[in-house]
Amino acid sequence: MFLSLFIISVVVAVLLAQVNKMTAKPIAAAKALKLENAIKEVVPEFDNNPVEEAYKMPAADGDSLLVYPAKKGDKVVGFAVNTYSNNGFSGNIQIMVGFDMEDKVVNYAVLSHAETPGLGSKMNEWFRDTTKPNQLVIGRNLSEGNLSVSKDGGQIDAITASTITSRAFLEAVNKAYVVYKGSDADTSATKLNNTDEKQKEEGGKSNE
Amino acid sequence: MKNKKRKEEKAMNNNLKVIVNGLIKENPTFVLLLGMCPTLATTSSAINGMSMGLATMFVLILSNFFISLLKNFIPDQVRIPAFIVIIAAFVTIVEMMMNAYVPALADSLGIFIPLIVVNCIVLGRAEAFASKNNVLASSLDGLGIGMGFTLALTLLGAVRELLGTGKVFSLSIYPENFGSLIFVLAPGAFIVLGYMIATFNKLQKK
Amino acid sequence: MENKLIVSPSPHVHSGDTIEKNMYGVLIALIPAFLVAVYVFRLDALIITALSVLFCMGFEYLIAKYIMKKEPAIFDGSAIITGVLLAFNVPSNLPIWILALGALFAIGVVKMSFGGLGNNIFNPAIAGRIFLLISFPAQMTTWPTPDVGATTDAITSATVLSNLKFIPEALPTIKDMFLGFEGGSIGEMSALALLLGLVYLLWKKIITWHIPISIIVSVAVFTGILYIFNPIPLYNPLIHLFSGGLMLGAVFMATDYVTSPMTKSGMLIYGVSIGLITVAIRLWGAYPEGVSFAILLMNAFTPLINNYTTPKRFGEVVKNG
Repeated sequence: MFLSLFIISVVVAVLLAQVNKMTAKPIAAAKALKLENAIKEVVPEFDNNPVEEAYKMPAADGDSLLVYPAKKGDKVVGFAVNTYSNNGFSGNIQIMVGFDMEDKVVNYAVLSHAETPGLGSKMNEWFRDTTKPNQLVIGRNLSEGNLSVSKDGGQIDAITASTITSRAFLEAVNKAYVVYKGSDADTSATKLNNTDEKQKEEGGKSNE
Repeated sequence: MKNKKRKEEKAMNNNLKVIVNGLIKENPTFVLLLGMCPTLATTSSAINGMSMGLATMFVLILSNFFISLLKNFIPDQVRIPAFIVIIAAFVTIVEMMMNAYVPALADSLGIFIPLIVVNCIVLGRAEAFASKNNVLASSLDGLGIGMGFTLALTLLGAVRELLGTGKVFSLSIYPENFGSLIFVLAPGAFIVLGYMIATFNKLQKK
Repeated sequence: MENKLIVSPSPHVHSGDTIEKNMYGVLIALIPAFLVAVYVFRLDALIITALSVLFCMGFEYLIAKYIMKKEPAIFDGSAIITGVLLAFNVPSNLPIWILALGALFAIGVVKMSFGGLGNNIFNPAIAGRIFLLISFPAQMTTWPTPDVGATTDAITSATVLSNLKFIPEALPTIKDMFLGFEGGSIGEMSALALLLGLVYLLWKKIITWHIPISIIVSVAVFTGILYIFNPIPLYNPLIHLFSGGLMLGAVFMATDYVTSPMTKSGMLIYGVSIGLITVAIRLWGAYPEGVSFAILLMNAFTPLINNYTTPKRFGEVVKNG
């Protein structure tokens, strides 16, 4: 009785190990491609490998965000920040926000969210609609102050009937800006070298 | 000679019967009402419903095949753990494959792929059919039930997608603004499923 | 269906009431609120209400005649009330096709699918409103500002309740809210007009006081307690009483015969629960308004409440368990 169950388990374990070996590489590649595409989308053109040079920056609430510097030649042209908010209508929202060197939002990419389809999920298009300047987040200069929805006296029109999602989205963008500002002030090279290996490793891990 | 041919014909008929049985008479969604959790949760669009159905079908066929193959080897006392181990193995394989080759789809189906393990259709067929029938019939039963499940989920997903967003398989039928969001959300799943079961019953009665 | 058991507490006396008489009584009670709506929203309110009634009656006729194959009973007044209440629960600038979908859902799905009047579990108008609210949140939550005494075009604005939650400075006076000049759906404008309707319903004995009063009192007490400990506008009981659909829900929606409990104690349980759920949703939920959700939830509990509050039959011995 135990023997047969044992044999089945062993056979299954071997089988799974084989499939895992087979698919590990494609899975990692798919994840990396997704991340790379998100970064490519949100910062100006670059020729370095931002994923390799990524480092962690502390955020205000004791947490830390991953920052991906984009460089052309030796010049830093922008930063992509993997930011988030836990205040979405259905919890966590992960966004990649890119800034150029003039503190402007270049673009954003929604990495993951659980918002209501047809309402909160519109954030992927809503804040980049160039025909509606009042709801545009792209091109906003965050050095002029934090973004907030017009219902709260801010400058951005919230997604219709999804104010909570819009607030969470802008909160994530603002958070990214604070972090990006921190990394910008200490400008790249020194900061990058000072980031100890351990942190880098952690960054790499949470990427996977 | 003639006798043999007739026998073959009869076997063919029987096999066909097994498939049709799973597709209509014992349709897992509309008749047996099994596996309601993925049915309601993943059918927000036709493509999601269909992929969920196909993933389940893959697991069903393979687990039915192997359980039927091993039915004399597995002692009665531990058959449920043994079934679960076999089912879980195939589910894990499906999950890893999807993550590797169709990551976008894996993202949108999310937790419901690993949850196929606890889908009562799979264990139900293993216990009720595969452990009592031969390998061929069991595989065909997996195919039939899997097709029935896929058909139901695709239909449900298509209707919800059409009513909710005006599209079917992402093809626009009417402008999205005219869609009723509720059908993409959870309550819409219950309402549409209710009406589909009612229609199915009515058609079967005839 | 032949042996359908009608459960209601005895003794029974036939008072000469008919469905029609009670239904038309409810319609008369709705007149004050309707007049306020027409005064505030002008022609829009009239058109939406008329079309809503027309859609509801039309769908009921078509479904009864061609799908259920039975004699349509569209003049028993229930479809008319559903139509009026549905119209009262939507903004006056709602696109007509959305209104038609709401009527189709209310009549087709919520009422006729269960077998027509008397068999529906949920109040059709409430379910229709919630269907629209979830399906078309953008159109259902932008209200035109009432243009009383103003000549400008209607602009959309948030209601008192959503301001209450998000921008407490932008509140109208309680007098305005009581009389009905804040933004909102067609029928929820004036608490005063709705209370007039309540008085009429009570006077004509079409409904008893238990449900509406228990809803109103429980909302007042619940928010009142919070207000004593923390006197901010969000907890002000007067604002909660006179804003949103509370009066409309308490007087006309929660008291629907078919979907509310039959015993007096059951009605009190039902009413208090609606009040508490409403306040909980308004204060801590994602939606600014919770009356309709509260009523729908308690509709589902009605059979259970009936079951537990049916009085003991005379001479019945309590069995020792």
